[in-house]
Amino acid sequence: MGDLFVLAEHRQGELREITFEMLSKAPEVAKELGGDVVTVLLGSGVDAFAEKLAAYSDKVLYVDDPLFADYNSDKYQKVLAELLKTHKPDVFMVGHTTQGVDMAPALAVELKLPMVTDVMDIHFSDGKLSPVRQYYSGKVNADFGFKGDPPYLLTIREASFEIVEGSKQGAIEKVESPLKEDLDYRRFIEYIEAEVGDVDITQSEILVAVGRGIREDKNMTLIEDLAKAIGADICGSRAATDAGWLPHDRQVGTSGRVVKPKLYIAIGISGAFQHLAGMKGAKTIVAINKDPDAPIFTEADYAIIDDLFKVVPKLTEKITELKG
Amino acid sequence: MKTFVCIKRVPDTSEAEVKVDATGKEVDSSRFSFDINDADNYAVEEAILIKEAKEGTVQVICLGPKDADVMIRMALAKGGDSAIRVEDPRIFAKDPLQVAKVLAATIKQEGDFDLVLTGCMSADNWNMAVGVALAEELGVPHAAMVNKVEVLDGKVKVNRELEGGLSEVLEVSLPAVLTIQTGINEPRYAPIRGIRAAQKKELKVLGLDDLGVAEDEVSEANSLIELMQMYVPELESKAEIIEGEPEEKAEIMAQKLVKGGLL
Ligand SMILES: Cc1cc2nc3c(=O)[nH]c(=O)nc-3n(C[C@H](O)[C@H](O)[C@H](O)COP(=O)(O)OP(=O)(O)OC[C@H]3O[C@@H](n4cnc5c(N)ncnc54)[C@H](O)[C@@H]3O)c2cc1C
Ligand SMILES: Nc1ncnc2c1ncn2[C@@H]1O[C@H](COP(=O)(O)O)[C@@H](O)[C@H]1O
Repeated sequence: MGDLFVLAEHRQGELREITFEMLSKAPEVAKELGGDVVTVLLGSGVDAFAEKLAAYSDKVLYVDDPLFADYNSDKYQKVLAELLKTHKPDVFMVGHTTQGVDMAPALAVELKLPMVTDVMDIHFSDGKLSPVRQYYSGKVNADFGFKGDPPYLLTIREASFEIVEGSKQGAIEKVESPLKEDLDYRRFIEYIEAEVGDVDITQSEILVAVGRGIREDKNMTLIEDLAKAIGADICGSRAATDAGWLPHDRQVGTSGRVVKPKLYIAIGISGAFQHLAGMKGAKTIVAINKDPDAPIFTEADYAIIDDLFKVVPKLTEKITELKG
Repeated sequence: MKTFVCIKRVPDTSEAEVKVDATGKEVDSSRFSFDINDADNYAVEEAILIKEAKEGTVQVICLGPKDADVMIRMALAKGGDSAIRVEDPRIFAKDPLQVAKVLAATIKQEGDFDLVLTGCMSADNWNMAVGVALAEELGVPHAAMVNKVEVLDGKVKVNRELEGGLSEVLEVSLPAVLTIQTGINEPRYAPIRGIRAAQKKELKVLGLDDLGVAEDEVSEANSLIELMQMYVPELESKAEIIEGEPEEKAEIMAQKLVKGGLL
């Protein structure tokens, strides 16, 4: 009988959504394993978090110590390694987030844990745990199995599981931190908040979004013309902001902004999950892409499978005509 | 500063049709075009910027086939000093922890170092794991998803990019491994003179035996994970597909937007 451990993720005084996404899938997984859902929480002054997490867990194990005031992968690794050695769960779920991926692979190496990262679904076949992940721009899936001994470490992709309200009343157990001193080789200094530019795209009603498909800076005029014709603000994929075609505050996605406009027109964007996570809340989505297999079409309401250089100028022209 | 930078040759599948091959565990890559992994290109640039500011060397490391030499020479042309390519059919490259072991063994046999840079993610495998696992194998601290690096005395001050545009500033002591996020700098083009010079720079090719790594540490049979099957998922789309010539599509879409009250 093995338990399922889930690492609670929090930052700047808030539990992050990934925590509840994992905990929403957890009961199903724990049932197959024949064990409990145990949430592991490390923080400072986090009694309230523990209470909240108890509603989603059979047990909350938590360390409350000023050493954990801010996230630090190395400190987490030290404590988690001890907890895993003591409790020997079957499975340990960690968010495939900037916190999780900064820590999980090192923990796996230290304890020789079998690990599959960026897991987007979890199946059981013949009673055996089988995580699903993707390869090649999200165009193929792969089912994995484990050969080594548990605990099995999974990093879970954000927004893979829908959040369902917790109704458990798990026990809350405080554990003494096995870490007694601060580490001197990795020091947190401060957070730097996202820069705010001239336009706040999270407030825009209509967005024209551009990706690598536009190819060059000089082609941006096509996008600007369309945006002007429909009164839209311009945003883009990470590829577009990395290339310098747009300022960073116009980036949509997990590492950019989450937008919820009335209308989102995605042009030459493939639809990597990091991008989709930022725009799938848009009311109506139009996608223009020449690749029929582009994942962006899974979120689109209207699909134009064609060359953007042929379609976009005409679209601008027709809209201008119709609006007269 | 003695810096290593790990680069991988990956296919560009953003526009390609992807089909699973006869083994059911890999895709048919015969028609893909390949190049340096996006994040690794930024890591190379960062390594060279550090060398330009602080002096020292940049050594390029790649686990990959002979075809990767073109990309490796490009990194040398931009300012890398020498390179090691590891190739051995016994390595199970789908397990990031095995890859990290091989890279660690390669770096260790070159002696001391100050900094190892990797990309934060490989575009084909999407593990986001090799760099951080490599740090643990080497027994040095790390920071993942780095979008700013400042080399100080005996340590680096880095910004880690978090979700939603937030960053975190950290100080990490050297030697260390940093995984580099795209957008951290503007990767240069290789100068013509550099391309010529690169042909003369050392590019060693090593296998497991040269590295003193036992096959059972890195082989598929001894991996703790098993890739059971690959398949193309059903694309579930509720989208209305607009048909016609490009001009007709534009016309239909314009009608829907304007008349449908979407604007
Ligand atoms: C930690 C991390 C965080 C990330 N965060 C984000 C994020 O917040 N937001 C984000 O967007 N990405 C993010 N990414 C990057 C993401 O993984 C993708 O690399 C990125 O979204 C790709 O951008 P793209 O769709 O513009 O480019 P590509 O994936 O290269 O796609 C270009 C598309 O254009 C199409 N195209 C090309 N030419 C034409 C043409 N003539 N006509 C029509 N279509 C054409 C192609 O078919 C292709 O689908 C992140 C990555 C990491 C590792
Ligand atoms: N075969 C390889 N050769 C050299 N470096 C690699 C290799 N595989 C992964 N890496 C490095 O590890 C980073 C992260 O890869 P991954 O964990 O697979 O997403 C890449 O950006 C590379 O810098």
